[in-house]
Amino acid sequence: MWHYAFKRLLSAIPTMFVIVTLAFFMMRLAPGGPFDKERALPPEIEQNILAAYDLDKPLWYQYLKYLGGLLQGDFGPSYRIRDFSVSELIAQGFPASLQLGATAMIIAVAVGVSLGTVAALRQNSKVDYAVMTVAMTGIALPNFVIAPLLTLVFGVYLSWLPVAGWGEGAIANKILPVIALALPQVAYIARMTRGSMVEVLNANYIRTARAKGLSERLVVVRHAIKGALLPVVSYLGPATAAIITGSVVVETIFSIPGIGRYFVLGALNRDYTLVLGVMVFYAVLIILLNLAVDLIYGLLDPKVRQH
Amino acid sequence: MSTVTRDALAGMAEVKGRSLWQDAWRRLLHNKAAVVSMVILAVMALLALFAPWLSPHPYDEVYWERIAIGPDFANAHWFGTDGNGRDLFVRTLYGARVSLMVGVLATGVSLIIGVAWGACAGFFGGRIDNVMMRIVDILYSLPFMFFVILLMVIFGRNIFLIFIALGAVEWLTMARIVRGQTLSIKRREFIEAAHACGVSTAGIIVGHIVPNVLGPVIVYVTLTIPQVIITESFISFLGLGVQEPLTSWGVLISEGARQMETAPWMLIFPASFLAITLFAFNFIGDGLRDALDPKER
Repeated sequence: MWHYAFKRLLSAIPTMFVIVTLAFFMMRLAPGGPFDKERALPPEIEQNILAAYDLDKPLWYQYLKYLGGLLQGDFGPSYRIRDFSVSELIAQGFPASLQLGATAMIIAVAVGVSLGTVAALRQNSKVDYAVMTVAMTGIALPNFVIAPLLTLVFGVYLSWLPVAGWGEGAIANKILPVIALALPQVAYIARMTRGSMVEVLNANYIRTARAKGLSERLVVVRHAIKGALLPVVSYLGPATAAIITGSVVVETIFSIPGIGRYFVLGALNRDYTLVLGVMVFYAVLIILLNLAVDLIYGLLDPKVRQH
Repeated sequence: MSTVTRDALAGMAEVKGRSLWQDAWRRLLHNKAAVVSMVILAVMALLALFAPWLSPHPYDEVYWERIAIGPDFANAHWFGTDGNGRDLFVRTLYGARVSLMVGVLATGVSLIIGVAWGACAGFFGGRIDNVMMRIVDILYSLPFMFFVILLMVIFGRNIFLIFIALGAVEWLTMARIVRGQTLSIKRREFIEAAHACGVSTAGIIVGHIVPNVLGPVIVYVTLTIPQVIITESFISFLGLGVQEPLTSWGVLISEGARQMETAPWMLIFPASFLAITLFAFNFIGDGLRDALDPKER
């Protein structure tokens, strides 16, 4: 097991290296410098600005320096937000993003699995069709459509919940963003659970469990769920990536001071280091979470464990 | 011979005469949701195509006296006007043009790369397969939305760049599907027969492998198009995609979301157009999957 974990961790390193290298050189290929607006400055001052950010040094030097900084958790200075380093901005935004993302993820798994199981147990009933219709809606509608519609209904017309803002982390401010973030994943997970549960319920070992006289509830709880959850566990990796991507939009719509909003602001202002830093941060996060998911999968599935 | 047997035989001959595709098509036509969706998409495509002739207003004309008004039939603003006093109906249709075009073209790009990549990897196998699929794995773990945004930031907001970038990241799943299918058919007799007849490797891939993996590929294409439309709208929503005065559904929804308290129609119309299109593609994709692979039902 540890051997496997170690091997996977090693194989993740070249991936991260490729991401960083690709992103760095793409950024440097960009037409125009990051300080285009200050073009009217006298040449000496412009020279000083470039020197302050090492932009006058050869490319390989900048690249190695960036890599060296990354190893120490330093993403360099922000080009637009003065006096802040990208690491500081990420550290500032991370708590809010993490809270939203983790809550959405937990809700997505809990609600998705329960809905999917119920639908599978009452296959082709009204409950099943209702769940699958909701799931279809969640899959077809992206969260940048769901989020404004939710706000329109619950924030503007009914005035039950705040329309936007973080409100120092008040629960009321988190409800709509979390729903908007979780809904598409609830839909995917419900659909996936239903599919695998239907398949598992027809498997031989379930027939054996029923034949030895276990109650239907025990059959499902003790035997079926385990097998049915495997595809869901392997979907957790892509689900995390989707929630992180979705958080960019949700944080923008609800003006939540998270990393996603910094990313959009950075992209709109051509703040290269900020965009690059957030991207590298997310890439590392996604790779590590994927690794964790793979390890959990290995623990659950004996076929993979022995491999 | 009794009539019954003759009828039965005639029926059998007829069944035998139908190709796999005709069979699938017939099954698809029995799926109500899919048929309705196809009609809706056809209407949507026609609306997008004939957008300039369907409204008396040009898409970028600003009416200073009618800014952000609701649906107004007297002046032929069926969906009202936007925050700059432009007709929302014609802008929604222009949004459909951009969204559908990006969806179809980017999916086309991903189709070509994905099928070529997957068919080669699966057909050659061994080390080539290993290396090619390893590359796919690495790209798969990239947060690709961020990569597309990075591309937009660096190279400017250009609509051609959008669909090349989207196509270039959407081909990964396609490559995996095609590779899996190729692996399962490359040992079959008809491939061996082609080898024996002296068909070149390229000829076998293009003429024998690719046509036989089309079923799953078509299903995946209909599910990729809405994915690409969502991604494009997502990027435009953030203000990083299509630029004014041109528009897309993402841009319109983002404008609408900003003014929904005073002018909800600016959100509702583009959002429902996008939603209807996405639903239609998803229903067709599901219908095609059922039609092409009856086992799955």
